[in-house]
Amino acid sequence: MGLVALTAVVSACGTSGPGETNTGALKIWALEDPVLNKIENQSIDSFKAGGGNASLETFGNDPYKQRLRVAIGSPQAPDLFFNWGGGNLKEYVDAGKVADLTSVLEENKAVKDAFIPSVLDGAKLGDKYYGVPMRGMQPVLLFFNKKVFTEAGAQPPTTWDELLTLVDTFKAKGITPIALAGTQAWTELMWAEYVLDRVAGPEVFKNIRDNGPAGWKDPAVVEAMTKLKDLIDRGAFGTSFASVGYDAGGASTILAQGKAAMHLMGSWEYTNQLDQSPDFVKNGDLGWVAFPSISGGKGDAGNLVGNVSNFYSATTDSKSLDAAKKFVTTELNKDSYIEALVAAGDVPPVVGAEEKLKKSPNPEYASFIYELVLDSKNFQLSWDQDLPADDATFMLTQLQEFFLGKVSPQQFVDAVAAR
Amino acid sequence: MSSQRPSAWYAVPAFAFFALFAALPMLLVIYLSFTAWDGLGSPAVNGGENWSRLLEDSEARASVWRTLLLMVVSWLVQTPIALLIGVWAAGKQRSRAVLSSIFFLPLLLSTAAIALLWQALLEPNFGAFVGGPLFLGDPDIALYTVVLVISWQFIPFHTLLYQGAARAVPPSLYEAATLDGASRVSKFRHITLPQLRYTVVTSSVLMLVGSLTTFDTVLILTNGGPGTATRILPLHMYITGFSGFEMGYASTIAVVLVVLGTALSLAVMRWSGFRSMSSQQEGS
Repeated sequence: MGLVALTAVVSACGTSGPGETNTGALKIWALEDPVLNKIENQSIDSFKAGGGNASLETFGNDPYKQRLRVAIGSPQAPDLFFNWGGGNLKEYVDAGKVADLTSVLEENKAVKDAFIPSVLDGAKLGDKYYGVPMRGMQPVLLFFNKKVFTEAGAQPPTTWDELLTLVDTFKAKGITPIALAGTQAWTELMWAEYVLDRVAGPEVFKNIRDNGPAGWKDPAVVEAMTKLKDLIDRGAFGTSFASVGYDAGGASTILAQGKAAMHLMGSWEYTNQLDQSPDFVKNGDLGWVAFPSISGGKGDAGNLVGNVSNFYSATTDSKSLDAAKKFVTTELNKDSYIEALVAAGDVPPVVGAEEKLKKSPNPEYASFIYELVLDSKNFQLSWDQDLPADDATFMLTQLQEFFLGKVSPQQFVDAVAAR
Repeated sequence: MSSQRPSAWYAVPAFAFFALFAALPMLLVIYLSFTAWDGLGSPAVNGGENWSRLLEDSEARASVWRTLLLMVVSWLVQTPIALLIGVWAAGKQRSRAVLSSIFFLPLLLSTAAIALLWQALLEPNFGAFVGGPLFLGDPDIALYTVVLVISWQFIPFHTLLYQGAARAVPPSLYEAATLDGASRVSKFRHITLPQLRYTVVTSSVLMLVGSLTTFDTVLILTNGGPGTATRILPLHMYITGFSGFEMGYASTIAVVLVVLGTALSLAVMRWSGFRSMSSQQEGS
């Protein structure tokens, strides 16, 4: 934070050259991430080289959300802010705090066309665009330990029934079939998101998001939650998941050590494994597949859930709104920026990145994700980011009770529908 | 300068400080408890809506019970241990000084460090009790695990209180009892305990009010989980306010906490006769 404060001071000193109409540097807020912050700072340098002026401030995940909430609309508000799109952004848009970027994107057609449409739609509300993608795509994948699978003579699951059979196979061998970091509800949420999507398609959740909690009463939700309950009751996640944490590395480590066979996680799991258990990845034991299909389900097996991307959005009250618009239309689709993201192991949300991804540190993995997103008919943003904060918080609590077996599928639905 | 007491002006800094940093925020919170505010824009007064919601909120009710349970069990665990160690440490045994400083160690660690330490120790796959009970993963025992961690952290502090008080017991009382042939147990019962009475009250008030507002340990150790098994009232307030961004309703819970805390310390004072206390020095 010392560095951040310093940057802020330095940039505050460098304000307003002669003839400038705005009051100073573009204030940009983003999430703390040593690797990506470096790239973000490069984009700022490039912006400065083009005659602009900007500074970056970064925050940890939860402090960021709180800080942004309090700052937005106040004189301390940033000009550009990092967000996850979807309902998370919608609250700010509804409060009139976020600038509409539709017209600048239309004027700069090349910029708009540079991004994968389904990703750009992540910050589209109604027919207006409120954000421009600024980081890689992070779909949720089913990771598995190849060595454990080979020893069991098993194949990664392509269907739900295969997944159920695998649970029995690994249980019989004394291996936890699926690692789950259940101290954090968002890991459990990934399961609910995929199962509902495969059972009923994306429309059921979109209805909940757009028309309110009554949408949870759709019979498909109980059906999906019942399927998930079968999986839990079968012992898929072992007995101790409720005290395993993701941030503490618990779930990833048991996968790497072969104590667990599979792990459903966002695409960042790869970098995480590379960091925590480098040998596991380098030996080629880390495998990944898309979430299995569910036979008889209406959802397309190519549909994805996860973080579509992260976005920069501009604040309505910004005194440097023009500079903010210039930043998002000049810096985020630059080759140098995209290449830096690729070099950091990210999969940028731009069209035609295939060639660039071959130069990625993990080309096979990066290309897999890229193709997956390009082929997907729908990419659902994580529910907790897509719902209003109060509904999301309540739902996550209910979901944890559900995984503990304290709440039945019907009780889950009744509770969240009654909000 | 007719009076021996210092002039009332001496209290002005304290009163100003209290008004600015305690009374004013408290009034603001009471105001917020009658509003709907999601942190965006300005709070909108919604009458008693938060309060009627509180009455129907089963999760809030459950977290009040959890808080009370945590408070009572913490007191039951900490008081006897701290009392016994404190009295022992006030003695003259050779190993006393060394052991006392070891007992004292947990108090020197920050709460965050303690919570992370125990979280690692109790991790089901890599911790110190692999294959043992799921201390933090079993909803039926997680709250008691929290009590253990809190006790481990705070017993040293209360031990210190008892140690100091036990040293102040006049040795003449013990000498007289020894002459009368009293056993160690009866000396403890009839001399030490009554002499430590006010220390027990002080320590209990600190313990009870402390566990009512316990927050950081639980936030880091379990974040209220598994499920809601350790979601005590202050944590419920935090989650409502800073995850759900229902600042108005979170303020309502905060007011309840203030009322509970005040009522509790008043009750302990009254029940223990602390207010009628005159100087302990007299007559000793």
